[in-house]
Amino acid sequence: MFMFRLLLKNAFRHKLRTLLTMVGLVVAISAFGLLRTIVDAWYAGVEGSSSTRLITRSNISLTFALPLNYIQRLRAVEGVTQVSWSNWFGGVYITERNFFPQFAVDPATYLPLYPEYKIDEAQKLAFLRDRQGVLVGRKLADKFGWKLGDPIPLRGTIYPGTWTFTLRAIWDGADAKTDESQLLMHWSYLNESVRQRAPGRADAVGVYILGIDEPNNAAMVSQRVDKLFANSLAETMTETEAAFQLSFVSMSEAILVAVQAVSLIIVMIIMAVMANTMTMTARERLAEYATLKALGFSPGFVVRLLFGESLLIAAIGGVAGLLLTIPLAAAFRSAVGTLFPVFQVSTLTMALQLAAALGVGAVAAAWPAWRMSRIDIVAGLRHVG
Amino acid sequence: MTALIRISHLSKGYVRGGQAIPVLLDIDLEVARGEFIALMGPSGSGKSTLLNLIAGIDKPSAGTIAIDGVDIAGLSEGELADWRAANVGFIFQFYNLLPVLSAFDNVELPLLLTNLSSRERHDRVAAMLGLVGLTDRADHYPSELSGGQQQRVAIARALVTDPVLIVADEPTGDLDRTTGEEVLSLLDQLVHELGKTIVMVTHDPKAAARAGRMVHLEKGVLVDEVPETIRGA
Repeated sequence: MFMFRLLLKNAFRHKLRTLLTMVGLVVAISAFGLLRTIVDAWYAGVEGSSSTRLITRSNISLTFALPLNYIQRLRAVEGVTQVSWSNWFGGVYITERNFFPQFAVDPATYLPLYPEYKIDEAQKLAFLRDRQGVLVGRKLADKFGWKLGDPIPLRGTIYPGTWTFTLRAIWDGADAKTDESQLLMHWSYLNESVRQRAPGRADAVGVYILGIDEPNNAAMVSQRVDKLFANSLAETMTETEAAFQLSFVSMSEAILVAVQAVSLIIVMIIMAVMANTMTMTARERLAEYATLKALGFSPGFVVRLLFGESLLIAAIGGVAGLLLTIPLAAAFRSAVGTLFPVFQVSTLTMALQLAAALGVGAVAAAWPAWRMSRIDIVAGLRHVG
Repeated sequence: MTALIRISHLSKGYVRGGQAIPVLLDIDLEVARGEFIALMGPSGSGKSTLLNLIAGIDKPSAGTIAIDGVDIAGLSEGELADWRAANVGFIFQFYNLLPVLSAFDNVELPLLLTNLSSRERHDRVAAMLGLVGLTDRADHYPSELSGGQQQRVAIARALVTDPVLIVADEPTGDLDRTTGEEVLSLLDQLVHELGKTIVMVTHDPKAAARAGRMVHLEKGVLVDEVPETIRGA
């Protein structure tokens, strides 16, 4: 108790210095948390993917379509329980800044593959009945203030023209990892329009989504599928949904590595700043530590005093930084819109923030604590702080 | 009276820039229990070094220092720390109080190394503050006290563990004459009423005159008798 009182008083002896150190910590820890959250958001698609879903796409590139008539053969593959498909629509809502993913899907087969989309039954029925209807995630609807029945005009980029859809249903994610920033439309409606405008592009599928019976069989089922279409005009590449999502993330891996490096550099900088503060503090109190040792206190007591003070400052700064990360992340999320479908500060990030803060505190105190524990009492008593 | 301190063939030297610098040379000294002794001498004479060796915060190059029968020159750092906590009270020129602690907490500090209960510690600290006349200043911080009051807090801190030996390094060096006199009277009181043994380093002949015995050091060598001119000054 006495010890805690002493280190608390020591910590706030130079209020301005301690405050500035804490401000530095708050900035560093919140920046660390925010950057980690950005990296997490990049991987959110991977995190939210299902282990019982496979994605089959063209072996050449994702931009090459697959024939619709693969469905029956895919359904016959051992281990495949469900088959659905989707096409990337790529429309623009008012302006390019309002980017969000839009897919044309076959709702009857697609929705059972995504049980994490929680949809009101009446709304679902309304969507299934209206071929011009769309289903959107809650986050997307909230962002644009859409209500059921609202018209949603999209300017096609892959499929030219202006397409006006009607909002028929909104899904809520089963958990925080579920993407709520997409728009789903009827593939049959899109395909019919394409058939009229450009018959050569009709009956083409962007990707097939396969439901499998057992996650452990994913590799085997993938091989079976790809073997089935080997040496055909449209060879396939099948992978787990996680691997499929990861292929997008890997395109920007260099950026992610840079972001992670910056987050660590920030922690290193504050570590150096705090180590300097603690070294200055220890040097100023040299005579006090020498007095304590003269009175019979062990070097370990001096070490505990310095570590305790440093960890206390780091813990306060760390917790404040952690708390600041939450509103910062919310502000960032609203600023970038639907660029990151899932953007939330994870428990792991919070734990890492606290660990980083305490690590900074411990490392910053290490050198001065070691030095002070070894000070010569006589020399220390002569010191004027 | 029996000797509390027995110093025999004590030498101390330092090595600076590869050169050996002798500070104390073959010192022999005995201090009786309950004696108040003043160590005097010009700067660099080795009086503070001798005091530090007696207090167990420095180690001799040769010779023995027996305090109450214990040869402290042979103790390890850890043993010395424990020995100091139990046997030595320190009074410094600049008081060396912890500025973030109240007078009460500063006096309590050495008791944290004992097995006394919180209640016992409280009683002892209150008694010591009463002895130095600072009961009403217990909650004050060092910065709120005058120099003389701070030195009295330091004296209370030195006494609180009831040590056999009190070492005082220029205890009046930072005080005006009147306050210095008050502090010296308090030290007198410790010797005569509580039977404490005090070894004091001072430059001030008047302060030294308050001690029962004066020992003069010159260039690391002990001179038993202090010249009359100094004693009478």
